[in-house]
Amino acid sequence: MNDYNFAYLDEQTKRMIRRALLKALAIPGYQVPFASREMPMPYGWGTGGVQVSAACMIPEDVFKVIDQGADDTTNAVSIRKFFEKTAGVATTERTAEATVIQTRHRIPERALTEDQILVYQVPIPEPLRFLEPRETETRKMHALEEYGLMHVKLYEDIARHGHIATAYAYPVKVEGRYVMDPSPIPKFDNPKLRSAAIQLFGAGREQRIYAIPPFTDVVSLDFEDFPFDPSAAPHPCALCGAEGAYLDEVIMDDAGGRMFVCSDTDFCRERRAAGHVGAMGAPYEEDAA
Amino acid sequence: MTPLLSVRGLTKRYGPRIGCADVTFDLFPGEVMGIVGESGSGKSTLLSCLAGKLPPDEGAVIFDTRGDGPRDVLKMSEPERRMLSRTDWAFVHQNPRDGLRMGVSAGGNVGERLMAVGARNYGRIRAGAADWLGRVEIAADRIDDRPTAFSGGMQQRLQIARNLVTGPRLAFMDEPTGGLDVSVQARLLDLIRSLVRELGLSAIIVTHDLAVVRLLADRLIVMKDGRVVEAGLTDQVLDDPQHGYTQLLVSSVLQV
Repeated sequence: MNDYNFAYLDEQTKRMIRRALLKALAIPGYQVPFASREMPMPYGWGTGGVQVSAACMIPEDVFKVIDQGADDTTNAVSIRKFFEKTAGVATTERTAEATVIQTRHRIPERALTEDQILVYQVPIPEPLRFLEPRETETRKMHALEEYGLMHVKLYEDIARHGHIATAYAYPVKVEGRYVMDPSPIPKFDNPKLRSAAIQLFGAGREQRIYAIPPFTDVVSLDFEDFPFDPSAAPHPCALCGAEGAYLDEVIMDDAGGRMFVCSDTDFCRERRAAGHVGAMGAPYEEDAA
Repeated sequence: MTPLLSVRGLTKRYGPRIGCADVTFDLFPGEVMGIVGESGSGKSTLLSCLAGKLPPDEGAVIFDTRGDGPRDVLKMSEPERRMLSRTDWAFVHQNPRDGLRMGVSAGGNVGERLMAVGARNYGRIRAGAADWLGRVEIAADRIDDRPTAFSGGMQQRLQIARNLVTGPRLAFMDEPTGGLDVSVQARLLDLIRSLVRELGLSAIIVTHDLAVVRLLADRLIVMKDGRVVEAGLTDQVLDDPQHGYTQLLVSSVLQV
């Protein structure tokens, strides 16, 4: 017995959020305002994502939380515990077993399925924010499809750095209509935005919800002569030997020693369990870590 | 000949006060029209109404569009009007800060209008920007500098380049030489004059500086208390003013 309503939020709030979610799914990439609630965690810690997860969660769900690819960092652990306590749902660290995945800054390496929902935590939903500070104006620009300014940012990148230097939160155009901020995922993950799973984006502080329905066209913005490049790291993972995965750099000592390991911890574990061993890895044991 | 812009009975009120009242005139292709008058005479209100920045209460502004011939700008939908204002129209603000993006490089500022109408090739956008910077006498190596690093005169020239890059047919200029010292002013006037001649651009220039209109404008409108008190050829109005206010205005110019 616990004294929380299922998944913390009251039923009226969940209905309000579900209405916003349905609208967001009906207009892919469009930012739907919603009445974001105070959550028992600070803004910037995933209040938007938590509210979206709470609104679409059912008791049979298996819940997973990713923070920068990992399941064992503070943010991931505390949000997982939050729903264990308030919703009593099963939780997992395995991408394949989860039905609702809340994520911060990564999309899992393993391809998602029709039975899964991916919930993103979004700090700033407005892709035009740093180019045009007025909300009234950015809304008008979305309404009239005036997206020239987004390319001005990419132009500035090339003029200054010789290539498009935007490496995360890389703007995309959804279904040929709305320009959308995919949240601060690395641009490496952008091609995965076209997915079989439902993708929901929640920004708690900014009070916006948006969504990408399954198999929606998502195009990363670029120039004809400077096409979008997801830029994979040139080395394999040091633990599991995976090539073409998104890697974290881990500093080993004060002498400049470093290793590159998969940022997606579950993907790395799965590969090691299947017998893959990287240059610095040891053979996998079930209870090792 | 079809006028490029014809204005009929344009009126704008601010509550009980008059911004501008019953303004009527025609502007023909390639013509430069000056609007002069003292502060508060309704010059800027009129210009904002013409450029679609301010909705007037009465009247019509008919623009000869490229595609559909003469159309009332005030009855266009907002997307159409905004499209017009980034393709066929130019608006040069008195203060370059209002017309430029100060956090974006000079090249980006000029390129923005190209990208806004769909240019997606970096090389061509940059070449277009470089070409226009050259035409307004900004050195090619300043293309990646931000306008904050430019002098006032350079900022104003950059603003002009940014506006003219899409080849507009009508330019609205609000005191384009205001706040610049006289030698810089003279060179800017030369530049505007040669661009207007070269491109066959029509322009409406609001100013309180009679020397500026003498140099640039073919025709002149004199405004007082929101109304047009005199209109005619520039030299005619300045050399032989008929209305009492125009006589006062012309005689008030300081002689050096």
